[in-house]
Amino acid sequence: MKKYLFVLRRPPHSGSHVQEMLDIVLSTAAFDQQVALLFVDDGVFQLKNHQQTRQFQLKDTAAIFAALEIYDIHHYYVEVESLQERGLKPADLLLPVQELYRKEIAALLHSFDIVIGA
Amino acid sequence: MLKYAIQINTSPYHSQAGENAYQFISAALAAGHEVFRVFFYFDGIYHALRFSAPPDDELQFTARWTELARRHSLDLVVCVSAAQRRGLLTGAEAQQRGKMHNDLAEGFRISGLGQLVEATLLADRFIVFA
Repeated sequence: MKKYLFVLRRPPHSGSHVQEMLDIVLSTAAFDQQVALLFVDDGVFQLKNHQQTRQFQLKDTAAIFAALEIYDIHHYYVEVESLQERGLKPADLLLPVQELYRKEIAALLHSFDIVIGA
Repeated sequence: MLKYAIQINTSPYHSQAGENAYQFISAALAAGHEVFRVFFYFDGIYHALRFSAPPDDELQFTARWTELARRHSLDLVVCVSAAQRRGLLTGAEAQQRGKMHNDLAEGFRISGLGQLVEATLLADRFIVFA
């Protein structure tokens, strides 16, 4: 078993990026690997609660995040500065997250076997 | 000697990443390393279009992948879901959907994300070109 960290940096609903990234996340979890997610930069908006997608015919990716628990994915890291710069607090997110400061991110990356960003 | 797995996420005309990947793979092979698999995902699938036809004085990137695969028995895998979203269908898929053509260039094969996960598991190093 390897430890995978997915680094999500882009806003939701910008093309199919989040959807296709989540497909890799789910495939990796289906192989019984240890999976964690890190949200930085505009990627923190992917976890914003109260996303209204239906009237814009967008994929409801927030619902997929909410379902990741079923796949045994429980580790969600969010960069504190990325939240603050965007006026967000952990309470604005749809999942309980672990907050990390920017200076702690490098050490987090080093603790995984495979880091996948896109 | 290391065993590499590579993922390519961008289209040839939108980004330099595919070119960087090609140069990296060529150098790794020349140095005696193994490239276990190259997985084309997101807009990376545009590297595998059979009917791409750049002007003669421009880089023939798809033909170059085909040639590299032939020379080194490279496993070039195009993600099926990413490909179908963007209209790249193999002959069998096209027929099922009432379309006509096999859009996949020589030297590539279509498969699923399991092939990507397997590659990351078996390789010593996994590199994403995005």
